[in-house]
Amino acid sequence: MRASRVRDGLVLLALAMYAAPFFWQAMTSLRPDTELLPLTHLWPSRLTLAHYDVVFRQSLMPRALVNSLGIALLSTLLAVGLGALAAYALARLPVRGRSVILLGMIAATAFPQIATVSPLYLLMRALGLRDTWLALILANGSFTLPLVIWLLAGFIREIPRALEEAAMVDGAGRLATLRWVVLPLVAPGMASAALLAFLFSWNEFLFAYSLTATEASRTVPVALALFPGVFEVPWGDIAAASLLASLPPILIVVGFQRYLVRGLLAGALRE
Amino acid sequence: MTDRRLAWILLAPALAVLGGLTVYPALWVLWLSLQYRVPVFSISRWAGLEHYAFLAVDTRFWNAAWVTGVFTVCSVALECALGLALALGLRGQYRGRRVALALLLLAWALPSVVTAKMFEWLYHPAGGLVNFLVGGRTINWLGDPDLALPALIAADVWRATPFVTLLCFARLLTIPADLYEAAQVDGAAGLQAFARITWPLVRPILLVALLFRTLDALRAFDIMFVLTGGGPAGATETLTVYAYRALFQTMQMGFGSAIGVVVFAFVMVVAVAYLWVINRQDQTA
Repeated sequence: MRASRVRDGLVLLALAMYAAPFFWQAMTSLRPDTELLPLTHLWPSRLTLAHYDVVFRQSLMPRALVNSLGIALLSTLLAVGLGALAAYALARLPVRGRSVILLGMIAATAFPQIATVSPLYLLMRALGLRDTWLALILANGSFTLPLVIWLLAGFIREIPRALEEAAMVDGAGRLATLRWVVLPLVAPGMASAALLAFLFSWNEFLFAYSLTATEASRTVPVALALFPGVFEVPWGDIAAASLLASLPPILIVVGFQRYLVRGLLAGALRE
Repeated sequence: MTDRRLAWILLAPALAVLGGLTVYPALWVLWLSLQYRVPVFSISRWAGLEHYAFLAVDTRFWNAAWVTGVFTVCSVALECALGLALALGLRGQYRGRRVALALLLLAWALPSVVTAKMFEWLYHPAGGLVNFLVGGRTINWLGDPDLALPALIAADVWRATPFVTLLCFARLLTIPADLYEAAQVDGAAGLQAFARITWPLVRPILLVALLFRTLDALRAFDIMFVLTGGGPAGATETLTVYAYRALFQTMQMGFGSAIGVVVFAFVMVVAVAYLWVINRQDQTA
């Protein structure tokens, strides 16, 4: 009884250490500038939306939010679209060297970005794609593709073959079976893969930082890292901007926790 | 159309994208690392292994390798220990468990630039919560060469422990409760039950988590680049930060690529270990 009390206390302490930074960041974003530095009392005397006003009117953030949303959605579409087709072939069709390809997929998920960023930079420059959405869509899409293929091949293998065979006995071709039987059944798996791919693209920093130059394609993490401070660092504005940058991850965790966890576990443990 | 042909048609687009944007760059970086390539001065000539020979005697490289090693070993060890402990603690808590897991998951799902900015502010000498809580001191956590690396590791531990917790937690849920009841009847409780039941079942998962975290720690970039920029005085300059600076701040595409290749090599060693573990677990399962 006493041991479990101690344990509950420690767990609560750990959770407080997770809640506190979020809470502090939210509070900083609502705190008047005059009460930020130095910090003399925990609770502000009043709350203000001035920092959000600055972020929306005078920073790159609004444009970066549009860029990030577009780039993350399109690279997710690229990865899940191509990934689903490839995963079906690897899970169900006779492919020579299947295990080599699957092993290559795991090896590719381990690639450090720092090792491929220099060739990608030269490649995008040579193709005239620097500072465009397309450069980041291709870079993020290809970077998440191995994980998506790996996940979806596992999910497809879980579907009973009999269902597909029944459809084919009824005269449906392979592609019709894929479209009308396999894809609907694997939809939850596609959701898991898509959420992970979207999170990766939304959070990605190194490619976005090195392949972009102007607000035409700067994403949210880059805008946040480059947040301008003329004479001093505007901590309240940065706190407001980082809360905006956290919105999609927050929505995904709150709304799709189950799918996200499922994808995470499958990615690590291979169901 | 035969299934074999269809398979290649379905695979072709994905393999083309991966070939062009992952495999080709991976080979190109090896090639680049053997060249002197400084685009701003139009320098482009063959260097052979000169960059690697220079790295062998480059004190900045050895410092970066040391920092990367300390960062990786300390973060991963703490993350695994705390992650398992938190998973064990959460196992029994039913009220608010969903909220607790969502909170942890959120820390993991946040962009690491956000985490870096958040901790930069928490560590601020005059305005940070950390100094306020330790009694209104003005410790310069990120400006002191002795404190910067531990402060960086703490931020990474905060960010990545939930990943370990989640994996362990998922495994713990699959252990049937009657195993513990049977153990209790046999007089094994507390530590003994942990050693006999929990640990053997959770160990394989913890090993997978450890390898995943090691991979991520070796190639980590955003959190140190944004939080400390590698400073002060190189105290937090990892191999990835050094490579980035060589590539994009001094524009030495060849030399920076050589450092990238070294990171690549370290990561591949861990990845091979991971594949080996997965294979062995498949055979025993």
